[in-house]
Amino acid sequence: MNETEIKARVLEIIKSIAPELEEAELRADRPLRDQIDLDSMDWLNVLVALHEKLKVDIPEADYGKLVTLDDLVAYLRERLAPHTA
Amino acid sequence: MIEFKLPSLGSDMDRGKLLEWKVKPGDSVKRGQVVAVVDTSKAAVDVEIWQVGTVFEQLVPIGETVPVGAVLATLLEPGETPEQAASKRKAPAARPAPKPAPAIAVAAPPAVAAPSAAPLAQRRPVSPAARRHASELNVDIDKVTGTGPHGAVTTEDVDKAAAQSAPAPSDRYAEMRKAIAAAMSRSKREIPHYYLSETIPMRRALEWLTQENAKHPVTERILVGALQLKAVALALGKSPELNGFWRDGAFQPATAVHIGVAVSIRQGGLIAPAIHDVDKKSLVDLMRALSDLVTRARAGSLRSSEMSDPTITVTNLGEQGVEAVLGVIYPPQVALVGFGRLETRPWAEGGELRAEPLVTASLSADHRASDGHRGARFLAELRERLQHPEEL
Repeated sequence: MNETEIKARVLEIIKSIAPELEEAELRADRPLRDQIDLDSMDWLNVLVALHEKLKVDIPEADYGKLVTLDDLVAYLRERLAPHTA
Repeated sequence: MIEFKLPSLGSDMDRGKLLEWKVKPGDSVKRGQVVAVVDTSKAAVDVEIWQVGTVFEQLVPIGETVPVGAVLATLLEPGETPEQAASKRKAPAARPAPKPAPAIAVAAPPAVAAPSAAPLAQRRPVSPAARRHASELNVDIDKVTGTGPHGAVTTEDVDKAAAQSAPAPSDRYAEMRKAIAAAMSRSKREIPHYYLSETIPMRRALEWLTQENAKHPVTERILVGALQLKAVALALGKSPELNGFWRDGAFQPATAVHIGVAVSIRQGGLIAPAIHDVDKKSLVDLMRALSDLVTRARAGSLRSSEMSDPTITVTNLGEQGVEAVLGVIYPPQVALVGFGRLETRPWAEGGELRAEPLVTASLSADHRASDGHRGARFLAELRERLQHPEEL
């Protein structure tokens, strides 16, 4: 899955939780949760949906790295990359 | 014969529009079964029945708006025959529901009726057909100008009104605002609130939660909000005068802890349905219930028991960044617990100043039912409970 595909999946999930989201107005390099008023329950639901749809389990310890949409996409890309080792 | 009535759906909801029957005559029903879906100002509510029987007659057609307490259907008790029920039905105590025009004002509790009674009192004659038609077209009959004899509202008047009123998707929001306005005005008019607050150190709770959550996949993760709910429920054990209702001039303690959780709706508005028996649920079960409730509240799909029986309300505005909440009690409840933002602030303990994660918990309570001394003891107990997260 490339970056564009990951981003599309993530936005789809966020939209299922915050249907009023205007993609054009979302700044991918600014804190995500503030821009679309995601509370901790919404955020947990985003993570559960990522877990179900992309099979990625994001540990709580990594929440701090996931501030912007760009952060989240980059993180998922890393986690989804096939391991060559 | 059992009369199945539209149950109370909370003090700010006095009527409902029947959207769907989930059963038909001849079906047997069991306790807790959802038998109908009713639209209220806040959500589409699955109405449960709490008796066992067989559906006999459905008395309210789909699309009709009826007041709380109206008989929606009759049921046969186990062993009762339709003939017995029919003969009872002819008895003098005629049920009010099948009337085509159930007066919506009758069910409103006195305090809420005050503001809304005025326009209804001078209601003009409305033909049953016009009223049914208005209901079908989703037209507010009280706002239709009547052109018939004595200003009577006719079906043509309803058609005209329907044509004039543009479809308004924000209707639900407007209705919800009205419902909140009625309940909160009543609260501030009737309830002598007192307010207390307490700063609670959260380091132990957060460290414990981090350890627990690290052991589980994301689907079983627990939020600090669930911890706070459980701590409130357990702390209420020592302060029963905060858990219950003020009715008819006296406090009625509740027999269980059903916490109304204030959930903000993304499109605007607020709803506070109950999680039942919070004190008896494990944190995992409580978290599951909380997640389910928030999802359904936001999707506008709740159950009648969740709407009608919260015994206390908890609101958490910390995520919006406020330090503390001084809330308005939801009548007939007698207390509301608020949590503010969880943040690291300076904290002095044992003569040392440290940076600690803290949260401000507040209590709004009804001074008719309890005094500040008891309220203070409740907050102290809540603080103590949150220092022992492993016992929650």
